[in-house]
Amino acid sequence: MNLITPDFGLFFWQTITFAIVLFVLGKFAWGPIMSSLKEREDSITDALESAAKAKVEMASLKAANEALLQEARLERDKMLRDAQTVANNLLNEAKDKALKEGNLLLENARRGIETEKNAALAEVKNHAVNIALEVAEKILKRELKDNDAQKALVSEYLKETTLN
Amino acid sequence: MATKIHKLLLTTTLALVVLFTNSKAFANDAAASTEEAFNPGEMIQHHITDAPDWHILTIDGHDYSIPLPVILYSSQRGLDVFSSSRFEHGHVAYNGYKLEHGHIEAVDASGAADHSVHLYNVSITKNVASMMLSAVLLLVLFLTIANSYKKRQGLAPKGAQSFFEPIILYIRDDVAKTMIGPKYEKFMPYLLTIFFFIWFNNLLGLIPAGANVSGNITFTLFLALATFLITTLTANKYYWAHILWTPGVPLPLRIIILPLEVIGMFTKPFSLMIRLFANITAGHIIVLSFLGLVFIFKTIAVAAFGVPFALFISVLELFVAILQAYVFTLLTALYFGSAVHAHEHDDDHAQGHEAAH
Repeated sequence: MNLITPDFGLFFWQTITFAIVLFVLGKFAWGPIMSSLKEREDSITDALESAAKAKVEMASLKAANEALLQEARLERDKMLRDAQTVANNLLNEAKDKALKEGNLLLENARRGIETEKNAALAEVKNHAVNIALEVAEKILKRELKDNDAQKALVSEYLKETTLN
Repeated sequence: MATKIHKLLLTTTLALVVLFTNSKAFANDAAASTEEAFNPGEMIQHHITDAPDWHILTIDGHDYSIPLPVILYSSQRGLDVFSSSRFEHGHVAYNGYKLEHGHIEAVDASGAADHSVHLYNVSITKNVASMMLSAVLLLVLFLTIANSYKKRQGLAPKGAQSFFEPIILYIRDDVAKTMIGPKYEKFMPYLLTIFFFIWFNNLLGLIPAGANVSGNITFTLFLALATFLITTLTANKYYWAHILWTPGVPLPLRIIILPLEVIGMFTKPFSLMIRLFANITAGHIIVLSFLGLVFIFKTIAVAAFGVPFALFISVLELFVAILQAYVFTLLTALYFGSAVHAHEHDDDHAQGHEAAH
């Protein structure tokens, strides 16, 4: 039956036709098409990858910014705290110094007063001694006469002698 | 609901009975006239086989066809080239040749067949012309598409490019990459070419008055042979080891498997050849049979059933056209895959064999 009998003519022409189609399409169609598709896929993959990378970079940049900001904030707090401490110290120092100065002045004043007082007391003592000596001299002078007269004398002298 | 369907069936049956009785009467009338009886077998045979000219239609016994060049060679008579119209559709002999049931035979002076002449018929027949037309279509279409890839570098596809791109990608990703593996690239031109070559020829065959090229055993034989040759010539040592000394089975089994595997080498492409041939030819026969019913019963009323059925089958054939092209390409890729697979994919081998049988 000729339905299932291979035909020489068709086989002959098909060999030629198919060979031409395969060669021409292979060289000028499938090659460029496949490489274009591959190129496009690669570029899409690259674009997606770089987008993902950019996202990661952005996130890390943001994190870095945040860290920097945090650091700056800490720095500011620290500076404020330091300034506060320094100010406090200065104040305290000033207070201490003023206190010390005042105390020193007071001490000096007290010492001056003490010295003056002592000098005055010494003078009083000398004066008292002198008076006592005078009185004693007069008493001695009188005692040599009589007792009564001596007594009267002492009291007389005592009257005369004022303790200023 | 059920009664409705019953009624419908009854009416249809009655109508059919009336029609067929009438048609019988018409047939009798026709037989009485000088018209020659319609032979559906001959009509179908005429449509699905090759012919030296491209027959379009027949009106009132007059054939309208496109004449094609007849090219004959024999060592006795040398090369003869003339138009197929010289045969006047097989009614006359020309230049010592005559057309006998679509075949060109050498005849002697008295008009009897001359069997001493060994004739090589390389005429541009209907099938050859149709195949060349498909080749021209393929070349124009895909060279244009390739050009638009160059022009629109890196841009989204457009027009024909965007219609064919998913198909090309499907062949690449789901046929070649899946079946062949990492070495798919060198087989891509062949796979794409056979896919589109088969598909376009299938579609051209569905056009009324078209040729049945892809349902021709020669056409499928050529493609199956090409697949067989490429498989065999690119096969690596694992392929041959698998066939000649199947690894992983006991020794006595290896001896039994050896002839089976060797036969398998040939049955695979053979099945490719038969599958495409049978599917496409069967489709044509079914469509022609439904249409032939109209002429068998010689009444236009049968067309009410025959034509929708023929239309349905034709639409189905549009699907079969791409399906068979896909199946052929897929199995070809599978055989290539088995030829170039590295050894570690034993599971894939097993799967491949199942799919092939």
